[in-house]
Amino acid sequence: MTIVLQQLVLGVLIGGLYGLAAAGLSLIFGVMKVLNVAHGELIMLGGYGAFWLFALSGLDPFAALVVVIPVALVGGAILYWGLFGWVVRYHEETRIKNSLLIGFGLGLALHAAAVQLWTADERSITTAYAGSVLDVGGVSLPVVRLASLVIAFVLIGGLHLLLNHWRWGRAIRATADDWEAALMTGIDVRRAYLIAFAIGTALAGAAGTLVSVGYSISPSIGLEWTLKALIVVVLAGLGSMLGTFAGGLILGVAEACSAMVFGGPYREVVGLVIFLVVLVARPQGLFAK
Amino acid sequence: MLHVDNVEASYGPFLALSGATLEVRVGEIVALLGPNGAGKTTLIRCIAGLLRPRAGGIRWDGASLANVAAHRIVERGIAVVPEGRRLFATMTVEEHLDLGAFAPHAHAGRVQRLEEVYTIFPVLRERRGQLVRALSGGQQQMVAIGRALMAAPRLLILDEPSLGLAPRIVESILGVLGEINRRGVSILLVEQNVQAALVLAHRGYILESGRIVGEGTGAALMDDPHVKRAYLGPLALRH
Repeated sequence: MTIVLQQLVLGVLIGGLYGLAAAGLSLIFGVMKVLNVAHGELIMLGGYGAFWLFALSGLDPFAALVVVIPVALVGGAILYWGLFGWVVRYHEETRIKNSLLIGFGLGLALHAAAVQLWTADERSITTAYAGSVLDVGGVSLPVVRLASLVIAFVLIGGLHLLLNHWRWGRAIRATADDWEAALMTGIDVRRAYLIAFAIGTALAGAAGTLVSVGYSISPSIGLEWTLKALIVVVLAGLGSMLGTFAGGLILGVAEACSAMVFGGPYREVVGLVIFLVVLVARPQGLFAK
Repeated sequence: MLHVDNVEASYGPFLALSGATLEVRVGEIVALLGPNGAGKTTLIRCIAGLLRPRAGGIRWDGASLANVAAHRIVERGIAVVPEGRRLFATMTVEEHLDLGAFAPHAHAGRVQRLEEVYTIFPVLRERRGQLVRALSGGQQQMVAIGRALMAAPRLLILDEPSLGLAPRIVESILGVLGEINRRGVSILLVEQNVQAALVLAHRGYILESGRIVGEGTGAALMDDPHVKRAYLGPLALRH
């Protein structure tokens, strides 16, 4: 029983990061109708950013968020100006296709650059408190992963508040819903795209930082994280960030269950099954508004 | 204030407007009438900056709007109530009105303007916290008009505001347009309900197959044989 509970708890802990990884992808896709398949590579870069800060200056990875998030925000804006901003002038179907090409190209380039910079080895940030564990009735909670879950929730909650109460947050929601109506309301939808893309990238950076401290990173984790994020986006549906977070938790727990029932190698399969089942049974997602 | 001069516009190979010319003067209510597919909505999309004309010009306060982005056209004082209302599904009444004042020029006086909108549409004050999908069609139309008014327009353009509404509701919506006009907002009204529109409007234009085929005061158009036959008489086609 304790073992089952332990696995479920670990599932929830990784699920929070799935949710955070998916939130950025969901925001960008929902607003711009652009699928950034390099999202996982941006997560990877965020992880290496925190890794570098730790290795070079000893900065605590959680404190590194204060650096990584603003840098990723600016990086996202640059990516928008340089690459993704070009496709939003096309019709929505053309947008998706072009964004896929751009995303795959960007993903390959970032992967290659990461191998050059940091080699292909797996890395992880080992802080002094890395091994600390909270024991709750026989179930052990790794402190680092617990903190990551809390931070992921706070970031998504913050995004939720921004989208509901910030002027531009509402403009972003309006643009996601009906960009022409947003234009007629006086909203500069290109700027809404830019802000959404920058925030989405910042979330990827934050997710990467948390991955590098609780788990491990290597240049090739990008595709895997893009896939997880995509599964969560399909599972949760667009339009609700809290729903996306919940979707992440569901995927984490489902993976844990799948690993327990069918064995470790089948951990990943359940996500793909969920992906297909949701697409067939409820294509708008569980929490879509 | 608004001059549309020989505008041609197309969707791909299909020519939707082939030389439309009209004018809205300060303080006027102008009706734009015509059957479905005549190009009325296309013309409005051109004025709003959502579609660029292939030829011809649109001037506002004497300056061309050819290279002005759509959101900047709102800043210059033209607000559109689009066909089908185009409300934001996940937003409340008050969020719509607040968003209507998004443009920088409209932001300053938004509190006072919100009061004004609530005075014009008291029911919206009662329903301010509700999602728009919980509202009736007429109330949704009020939200769409209110959202446009929050942008502090000098010209309000309405595309088929009575579409799908009960006659009694149409009457009250059109009545409100008169009141908005008396508050100093010029109005360009696209309307299927020709009789009501011509009673309300100072002047009107008839758009058919992409070109203006008639114009005049509301009274003159109502007496026009073509208008009578096609739009008003007992044998008029119901569009």
